[in-house]
Amino acid sequence: MPIKSYLAHPETGQKEVLMKALSKIDHCDVIPAENKELLIVVTDTDNKTDDEKVKESIEAIESLKLLAMVSGFNTPKNK
Amino acid sequence: MQNSLTSRRNFLKKMAAAAAMTAAASMFPGIIFASEQDANLPKGANLDWKKGPCRFCGVGCGILVGVNEGKAVAVKGDPNSSVNKGLLCVKGYHQIMCTQAKDRLTHALVKKNGRYVQTPINEALDIVANKMKETIEKHGKDSVAMYTSGQSTIPEGYVASKLMKGAIGTNNLDCNARLCMASAVAGFLTTFGADEPMGCYEDIDHADYFITWGNNMAEMHPVLFSRMLEQKNRRGAKIIDFATRTTRSSTASNKSILFEPQTDLAVANAICYEIIKNGWVNKSFVENHVNFNKGLTNMGYGLEDKFKFKDKPTKIDFKSYKEFLEDYTPEKVAKYSKVSVKDIKYLAAIYGDPNKKVVSYWCMGMNQHTRGTWMNNLLYNIHLLTGKISQPGNGPFSLTGQPSACGTAREVGTFTHKLPKGVVMNEKHRRLAAKIWKVPYERIPSKPTYHATEMFRAVDRGDIKFIWTQVTNPLVSLPKTSRYRPGMEKESCFVVVSDVFPTPTSDVADVILPASWHIEKSGLYGNSERRTQHWDKMVEGPGETTPDAWMTIEIAKRMGYGDLFPYSEENHVEEIYNEYRQFHEGAKHGMAPLEVLKKESGAIWPYVNGKSTQWRFNAKYDPACSNGKDFDFYGKPDGKAVIWQRPYEPAPEIPDAEYPFWLNTGRVIEHWHTGSMTRRIPVLHKAVPEAYVEFHPDDAKGLGIRNGEKIKVSSRRGSCVLPASINERGLPTRGQVFVPFFDENMLINDVTLDAFCPISKEPDYKKCAVKVEKA
Ligand code: SF4
Repeated sequence: MPIKSYLAHPETGQKEVLMKALSKIDHCDVIPAENKELLIVVTDTDNKTDDEKVKESIEAIESLKLLAMVSGFNTPKNK
Repeated sequence: MQNSLTSRRNFLKKMAAAAAMTAAASMFPGIIFASEQDANLPKGANLDWKKGPCRFCGVGCGILVGVNEGKAVAVKGDPNSSVNKGLLCVKGYHQIMCTQAKDRLTHALVKKNGRYVQTPINEALDIVANKMKETIEKHGKDSVAMYTSGQSTIPEGYVASKLMKGAIGTNNLDCNARLCMASAVAGFLTTFGADEPMGCYEDIDHADYFITWGNNMAEMHPVLFSRMLEQKNRRGAKIIDFATRTTRSSTASNKSILFEPQTDLAVANAICYEIIKNGWVNKSFVENHVNFNKGLTNMGYGLEDKFKFKDKPTKIDFKSYKEFLEDYTPEKVAKYSKVSVKDIKYLAAIYGDPNKKVVSYWCMGMNQHTRGTWMNNLLYNIHLLTGKISQPGNGPFSLTGQPSACGTAREVGTFTHKLPKGVVMNEKHRRLAAKIWKVPYERIPSKPTYHATEMFRAVDRGDIKFIWTQVTNPLVSLPKTSRYRPGMEKESCFVVVSDVFPTPTSDVADVILPASWHIEKSGLYGNSERRTQHWDKMVEGPGETTPDAWMTIEIAKRMGYGDLFPYSEENHVEEIYNEYRQFHEGAKHGMAPLEVLKKESGAIWPYVNGKSTQWRFNAKYDPACSNGKDFDFYGKPDGKAVIWQRPYEPAPEIPDAEYPFWLNTGRVIEHWHTGSMTRRIPVLHKAVPEAYVEFHPDDAKGLGIRNGEKIKVSSRRGSCVLPASINERGLPTRGQVFVPFFDENMLINDVTLDAFCPISKEPDYKKCAVKVEKA
């Protein structure tokens, strides 16, 4: 039952677009920063396969420049 | 069941979001998610937000703990706290999760026939009190000792001092702040005659330059570092990192300058040499506000038991100080410090520029140093020569590691030589303590006894026959635990350990007392900027857990000192604080009344006429200044601070053919000290599950060591096996390895050396010689 959090960096000027796209994905909560071009994404899935699927759908969004995992299972120590 | 699973999942989700917010805050200082923190809470939860300071570090961020049906379910930064303005670091956000650990100590445990037996708390307290009394009767009052903490609350420290010094009449009380802040204290007292920084965190909003001396603030003081980064991005303020290892702070700074361990002494002198040579001395400041002194040299390193040293200050003049500095030209110092002449001159020019405001920050790098007091003196020299002190954005600022190293260890005074006001050696101070404590003044001995290292040596020798530790884990945190663990295991000493979780220290205890955690009791902490912060009990602790202060009071009563401890169980925190405040009455150290601390997110002392004093010793801000001048260093009888002539002297143990590497130890952002709390917080534990030994990639290559490979690190004292870490978090200089000390399964302090600064008695955890080999 993985729970993961990510920092999602939008393409320039695409924060709102990215926000909308992310909101449509199941098992995925979004928290936008009020004053910076950044969104926090928290995913909550039942198993590893679903987790990977959600991650793939997020990564396919065009307005997303970079997705960086912050916390969850297997967090590497130098990230 | 379903309900509790759902709320646990929600909780975990919130924590995951919080971790991301923290990561975001270190990349985008000033980033705001505040409203979402509320929006994201479990639906329908009726949260009661209670304020307090963070449990974990000396920054002292304000936290708000969300309590739902008697349970703490969320933490967020207190937007009303001027310390953190709503921000928290990863430890701060996750702190309350440790209370859910399965192996929480919930009941007293008494060792019987080699096994721990759960015992009612009242019975366990009887055993402890009887044992303490019996030991005093048999072996005298100096055969019992207490060892407390910079994480003890102000009331906890106060009643420990009152019990040991006022009731029993022994100075056998010291604390773990000896291991982290004693050099800072000795530096303040020798230079200014008054402890603790003169400035405050608001300096960050005004400084043009931040120079960090051996201080990885991005990991150790992350919220302050984030505030500095915000000023860097917004106003172009510059951060210069001066260190022996490349860290996250170095990479986020404008410039990183590396030096050879121990040579910070020489570089500081070289900066002073340049300031004088280039005519950058603030002459009127120096003439009006500064004296020059020198002390003894070749002081030794405290390696032998019962080591004694007393400095002898002698007045000197500016001319002889200038001559002394001739040995520290940038060219001479560059040769052994490995800092280039250009970089030394660069640093001197920043301090020397009258139009630039400079704050210097330091913590363990300068304090855990066999010449720690000297190093603190030398940095003050730079600020005094240039007059850059006690003004917004200008000043030397000694940071603390622990949340109440200032408030409890230093202000209440839980060191062997200290009293809540002043020192045991001073008759006036003893008389004041005796009056407030209502004890005969003769009862308080005039001589200090054991500082931390010597206290555990005395346990090992069999001189101390009863020791009680509270809120600390010395068998992980002391240097050279390879000696002190077998010492504590000896039959000759009865060991009592009060803690929240089992630790390697509680493993050797005869009695384990179950302590309440932070938010399960009321208390007060004092942070690095002299800010006192109060919190009310927020939730009930499990089982028979009891606040440390109350356990001390219960022991005192059982030993027959009940009349000196007339506090009530419900209100003891308030009653003790009101008694303690009497010690500091007056403009120089007045503490805010409890009603103010209950309402506000802390207040900075001296608290005078309803106001915090932000910059001490500056007549513009500090009502205690009375000499009619612009500055009054009133800790000294003539109102003048002291520039000390202190030379470079080498470390006691330096790498050689047999032990060719320097060993440096320290922390990581995810873990607090010995890890007894943070290793029980799943997010933090998963992030950094075990300690490691960092190598410079060239050294690793030379030795054929690969990342993750098991390495044995050994010194003349002991060894420790850890996985290698290459090009990961930090980068030691060539010829140096770094190991974090949070992991009780990899005890690096079995390897460290128990040498200390002869003036402050603070051990040096940053330098000893080791060899490394594949395990
Ligand atoms: S910086 Fe220190 S006080 Fe602030 S949240 Fe982190 S650990 Fe707590």
